[in-house]
Amino acid sequence: MSQEDLSRQAYWREHLRLLAICLAVWFLVSFGLGIILAAPLNAFSIGGYPLGFWFAQQGAIYTFIILIFVYAWRMNVLDRKYNVHEE
Amino acid sequence: MDQQTLSLLVVGATFALYIGIAIWARAGSTSEFYVAGRGVNPIANGMATAADWMSAASFISMAGLIAFLGFTGGAYLMGWTGGYVLMALLLAPYLRKFGKFTVPEFIGDRFYSKVARVVAVISLLAMSITYVIGQMRGVGIAFSNILEVPLAIGLISGMAVVFIYAVLGGMKGITYTQIAQYVIMIFAYTVPAVFISLTLTGQVFPQIGLGSTLQGQDTYLLEALDQTMVDLGFTMYTATEGGMSMLNMFLLTMALMIGTAGLPHVIIRFFTVPRVRDARKSAGWALVFIGILYTTAPAVGAMAIWNLVNTVHPGEIGTEEGHLAYEDKPAWMERWEQTGLLAFEDKNEDGRMQYYNDANEEFAAMAEEEYGWEGSEIVTLDRDIMVLANPEIAGLPGWVIALVAAGGIAAALSTAAGLLLAISSAISHDLLKGVFMPRISERNELLAGRIAMAGAILFAGYLGLNPPGFAAEVVALAFGLAAASLFPTLMMGIFMKKMNKEGAIAGMLVGLVTTLLYIFTYKGWFFFSGTAMLPDTEEYWLFGVNPTGFGAIGAVFNFVAAYIVMKLTKEPPQHIQELVESVRVPRTDNPS
Repeated sequence: MSQEDLSRQAYWREHLRLLAICLAVWFLVSFGLGIILAAPLNAFSIGGYPLGFWFAQQGAIYTFIILIFVYAWRMNVLDRKYNVHEE
Repeated sequence: MDQQTLSLLVVGATFALYIGIAIWARAGSTSEFYVAGRGVNPIANGMATAADWMSAASFISMAGLIAFLGFTGGAYLMGWTGGYVLMALLLAPYLRKFGKFTVPEFIGDRFYSKVARVVAVISLLAMSITYVIGQMRGVGIAFSNILEVPLAIGLISGMAVVFIYAVLGGMKGITYTQIAQYVIMIFAYTVPAVFISLTLTGQVFPQIGLGSTLQGQDTYLLEALDQTMVDLGFTMYTATEGGMSMLNMFLLTMALMIGTAGLPHVIIRFFTVPRVRDARKSAGWALVFIGILYTTAPAVGAMAIWNLVNTVHPGEIGTEEGHLAYEDKPAWMERWEQTGLLAFEDKNEDGRMQYYNDANEEFAAMAEEEYGWEGSEIVTLDRDIMVLANPEIAGLPGWVIALVAAGGIAAALSTAAGLLLAISSAISHDLLKGVFMPRISERNELLAGRIAMAGAILFAGYLGLNPPGFAAEVVALAFGLAAASLFPTLMMGIFMKKMNKEGAIAGMLVGLVTTLLYIFTYKGWFFFSGTAMLPDTEEYWLFGVNPTGFGAIGAVFNFVAAYIVMKLTKEPPQHIQELVESVRVPRTDNPS
């Protein structure tokens, strides 16, 4: 296997690890905190929002936005590291 | 100037703006027609994507839906935003790297099969056409209910404007109009919300207002709303019980997320940016612009139901002064009664209005005995009123009402244009050039694209004038199909190098057929009323699964069927595996 193929494989493995982390966060804030754990979380509050309700109707969306930008930033770093970035 | 003239002036001005943009942004090549020449700035594309994505349903119906669902309404909010995470991480950058014009084109090339491409075109046409019907209904509602213009005139003028900028400009014209439409839409949505938030809580940002105390009191708005709902026999607004079950909230959220990620008219927007890294960033910007509306909507919904209940019940419930006398009914109620979206009936003939949960038997029995109530007296309450009548309920000036009308029309037209482009490119590029006339010249393909677009507009306009009775339900179908057929296939095409054509076709068909069967069983065959085989209620649903959320399960069937068939058939040719390798990296001409 050529040097380039090996570097491609390493790039893809690192990328998949980043994807796994991002998707775990995506699942946690929406399905975890916003749905499955929402009832117990509602015992706490943030301002006048019960916490579970806040995640389902506000917090999950804010997290999604941050998540995409963090992913885009980490990918740019990764692209440069493996010299596959665009001009 | 009366309200109607003012509203028509504002809507007319927005139409003039769209036509102006159309003349400026004409398309000269197929690349400009299909993907705006791939020259769109990622932030501008994010804004256009937001307008493309946020439909009449997001603008007009969503806040009302949340108002009546309370906590579980979060399924729509999370589902319709979380899909962008999947799109940014799992689809958009790789499809942009692939660098072609349409979604079926990727499926056809990746699975080296015209059959796969045609199956993808069929899914695309089914979901885009059903989706476009909803937009036409939105245009109709905005014209006939707010502007008091006959439906046909409103619809035809709307279609004429889309015709001009979509046929002339293709994706280029649509993109720049969508940017203008986003600005109009978001302004129209947030201005009334800010005013209402200020009045109720003294907070400028509705997102903060919803979590604040009521103006001049120590009670939180949501706490007071919870109490009021309980006093009227409903479940607490913020509580997790009531509304749908946890299972169905989970499945609906998942189906909407993967459905959103699999909608071709949204995916092709990411073909218009110059580079792979722009596609990633652009998805983030799209979600910022979408998030502005989606985090405002819960406040609009909760504050609208609070305003409504407190208008009907200005004092302590059960006392005489606690209920609005019919003769004191505010003007907006009378106006909306004329549209048929709101109706009252003084069931106990006490001359005063009662609104409560008469489906709650225990509460209804108590109310009858204690208060002498004989049923909830708001007999029709269309959820669309929550956004459309909001400025009037809050007593806002006439220009705000005009703005909401223009915003609703912008939301519907921008989404319709995106769908029409997806439809026309599937016909001219995938069917005509891809399958039937591979030798067609670029000039003729562009002409064919324009003719397909004009045909699609006429067809959509016809459906808008003669809406099939099922307009509301078809949106569930569009998302179910996107979730069960396109998303899994696209994802496997990128992430499973060994996925072959047999597996992909089997998966798409299994996902498509199971989802259609499940939805038709409860909603009627092709939505014709009376042909449903089982009643559409929780006790008849298979394992309690709502047809609306079935797309998530159809997607699982797609994955499983594709995997099994792939294992039984031979692996894809070498050049296809190399194609998959190349879409995974942003730059392949690696010099090292």
